[in-house]
Amino acid sequence: MSNVIGIGASPKRKEDQRFLTGRGNYVSDIKRPGMTAGVFVRSPHGHAVLRGIDKTAALAAPGVVAVLTGEDVATDGLGSLPCGWGISGKDGQPMKEPPFPMLAQGKVRFVGDMVAFVIAETPEQASVAAELLEVDYEPLPSVTGVLDAVAPGAPQLFDDVPSNICCDWELGNKAAVETAFRKAAHVAKLSLVNNRLIGNPMEPRAAIAEYEPGTGRYTLWTTSQFPHVVRFLMSALVLKIPEHKVRVVAPDVGGGFGVKQFHYGEEAVITWAAKRVMRPIKWVASRSEGYLSDRHGRDHVTEAELALDETGKFLALRVNTLANIGGYLSTFGPNIPTNLYAPLLGGVYTTPAIYCNVKVVFTNTVPVDAYRGAGRPEATFVVERLVDVAAAEMGIDRVAIRRRNMIPKEAYPYQTPVLVEYDSGDPVGCLDGALIAGDVENFGERKAASARKGKFRGLGFSTYVEACGLAPSRFAGRLGARGGLYESATVRVHPAGQVTVLIGTHSHGQGHETTFAQIVCEKLGVPFENVDIVFGDTDRVQFGMGTYGSRSLVVGGAALSKAADKVILKGKKIAAHLLEAGEQDIQFEAGKFSVAGTDRNKTIEEIAVAAYVPHNYPLEVLEPGLEEQAYYDPINFTYPGGCHIAEVEVDPETGTVTLVGYTAVDDVGTVINPMIVEGQLHGGIVQGVGQALYENAVYDETSGQLLSGSLMDYCLPRADHMPTMSISTHATLCTHTPMGVKGCGEVGTIGSPAAVINAVVDALAHLGVTHVDMPATSNRIWRLIQNASVPIAAE
Amino acid sequence: MQISFTLNGKPTTVDVEPFMLATELLREHLGLTGTHIGCDTSQCGACVVHVDGASVKSCTLLAPMLDGISLLTVEGLQGPKGSNLLHPMQEAFREHHGLQCGFCTPGMLMTAVALAAGKPSLSETEVRHGLEGNICRCTGYQNIVNAVIAGAAAMHVAAET
Ligand code: FES
Ligand code: FES
Repeated sequence: MSNVIGIGASPKRKEDQRFLTGRGNYVSDIKRPGMTAGVFVRSPHGHAVLRGIDKTAALAAPGVVAVLTGEDVATDGLGSLPCGWGISGKDGQPMKEPPFPMLAQGKVRFVGDMVAFVIAETPEQASVAAELLEVDYEPLPSVTGVLDAVAPGAPQLFDDVPSNICCDWELGNKAAVETAFRKAAHVAKLSLVNNRLIGNPMEPRAAIAEYEPGTGRYTLWTTSQFPHVVRFLMSALVLKIPEHKVRVVAPDVGGGFGVKQFHYGEEAVITWAAKRVMRPIKWVASRSEGYLSDRHGRDHVTEAELALDETGKFLALRVNTLANIGGYLSTFGPNIPTNLYAPLLGGVYTTPAIYCNVKVVFTNTVPVDAYRGAGRPEATFVVERLVDVAAAEMGIDRVAIRRRNMIPKEAYPYQTPVLVEYDSGDPVGCLDGALIAGDVENFGERKAASARKGKFRGLGFSTYVEACGLAPSRFAGRLGARGGLYESATVRVHPAGQVTVLIGTHSHGQGHETTFAQIVCEKLGVPFENVDIVFGDTDRVQFGMGTYGSRSLVVGGAALSKAADKVILKGKKIAAHLLEAGEQDIQFEAGKFSVAGTDRNKTIEEIAVAAYVPHNYPLEVLEPGLEEQAYYDPINFTYPGGCHIAEVEVDPETGTVTLVGYTAVDDVGTVINPMIVEGQLHGGIVQGVGQALYENAVYDETSGQLLSGSLMDYCLPRADHMPTMSISTHATLCTHTPMGVKGCGEVGTIGSPAAVINAVVDALAHLGVTHVDMPATSNRIWRLIQNASVPIAAE
Repeated sequence: MQISFTLNGKPTTVDVEPFMLATELLREHLGLTGTHIGCDTSQCGACVVHVDGASVKSCTLLAPMLDGISLLTVEGLQGPKGSNLLHPMQEAFREHHGLQCGFCTPGMLMTAVALAAGKPSLSETEVRHGLEGNICRCTGYQNIVNAVIAGAAAMHVAAET
């Protein structure tokens, strides 16, 4: 059969034609008849009492249709934004969960907190009117950093949350860790900051809402990574509209990285407002507005200690982290610094005892939630920095100490002391591969060459593991998830044999239209061009949990594979009838159903025709039609991992760090489309490099103003910041997903920050530098060099 | 006020407001939504178009400034005359997986085509410098760089044949 493109091939992407010709369909491209424009009025204060809002002048401005505030929300009896995870503290008490009103009520708690929604005929008119809105604020002292927020006498965000602590959480065996520390030959200690990041997908968030009085139905077009979840949360919990009256569409979405996987207040407000004004409304965020309202990521302050025996074997790890959660709890907020962080502190090592305490802390900042990697880059950074510190202090080679403590391939499945059981992996294999690919053997020569130019060269390693394929509902439920995390897929074979797949994941750059079509091609033997993948519309797709945590292929792909198996099963029954054979004698291969041991066969197209034109068809025992649905809920997370090596050159005159080499060997399980996997790794690595060297969200501590509030002050990596990367995969297969896949969307972001910072520290080690906080900007490095304990020696 | 210009090869006359941005004219009034808006500080490059052959961030242009010029947007990129094929640079982006979410892609393509004009063999360093004004958050740039180098070569082969 022509053009059957299966697993392991790299066909050009189906989605590219429309993106390359400017014919993508992003939310901001959509127009609806009679559409109005909405603008959000946001708090200019980090912390203030909201004493009152006078709408008079705004309402009188030209073109204004309505002005809505928190008071209107309260009058309409609407719910507040729900948090999807409920965690409990070490005392067994549930986390503090203050309400997160969709428009502020009583108080504002961060710069950007939404105060009002102004609707007018045009965006310009709405902006003018928004300026005229008189909001009476009584400013209060703000607190933006976690250390300040838990200090005695700190401003308190919520009356019933003393010390601003949302939850004092722990994981691991504290007593076992203490015993191990007492026996240790050496203890390595490190204090570090994991810098606050802003995700910056290139498409700013946007939404359009419309209400149809004739049917009582709402439609919301939104830049979302999980439209079904938005429909569920918004209809059931916030607006209290029956779910079948709400359609949520997430069309082409220009990048997500986690930032678009939450249910945002803007979505709820605009949907509610569309009915109030009986007109469609469109809101498109500016980039600067995104800085003040897109959920931020990371933001930890951590003290970590590693206990080792005299040979450098890890005995125990103890970690205390203060995690900034911002002004309110966002959809996944409390889950990120706890469940997605502490269980990964085992890394790829056999550390027998681990204890982690996390204090989740409210501050007057944008709520913090999942950003690419979410919790796992933070864990990797702690472990991989600490291993380097221990190696340096004990005089052990950094590769040797890693190798000595790595979980051997034969030891999998491997139960860690912190909840998770890794099903498969080969850290040593990834390390060995990376050492060769990164030409580590000859690093000394390159370092000498740099020194001749007056530059410091450094090499950094990061060996990591992540938990992804976010699902196992039962496990997630025990950890506090308030929903299931399975996935659904329908495979619809059309009468002429073409296939439409309806799937609950969402593609916003990951290339699902291509990868998922390859799975269908491989399974059903139909041509690639005859397969369409449909997602992102709750009216077309039955159910879904969306795309985040590298779950699409792992969970969605598995649902798809199961649904395709069901199609084959039904096809066999039809074939058995048509070919007058026993069902057990029918084999299916490469798009053909045949009777074993004979040349009698029917193609899947012929079976499809028979299913939809049931003239000769066993109607007594089989329904017509060829369409099957499957739900899939895996038994475990998947555990991709790998080894990243960064090489940097530091200019001591300016402090500038240049990334000069990057090597990654990643174990992402079965690779369906190598081209797409490589692209995901490239993108992920550069986001991690961004965190390590450039990106930082900075608040003014006293006023609570976000100082890095635009692309002018927040540095994203550009093409000339990066060298050519060397990327390869080293697969061990996941033992519990149908195709052996593990997920690849986040690995780059998880592995790279530690590799880059380890390289920077290595470059400066001869000056007595033992740690550098991210981002390693020129300014920060220049100061470190100036203050170095060892003077710069002429080399 | 009324302005006349050539838009993707076609003479166009439109009424514009004095402070209307070129991006707004294209996207809202002329229905050409391929030109994207990714920022409000002229940093991202998602809005790059060609003005008389040179790449320009259209978010920095007022609509009245278009009077009399020749404007090319991503919708106007074309393959060999009379064909339905993609422009060689578009083809190279597809071939080298130079795009993921596609949002930066129109701006990247327009910058790349201008960068390649008159330069059949671009070095990696030249391309990385040349893309300085365009941010891509998805691809990590490596495949974009490969695409631009290949696209530049292909454009010149196409021009010679
Ligand atoms: S929209 Fe970002 S540079 Fe023009
Ligand atoms: S492809 Fe998504 S921003 Fe470039």
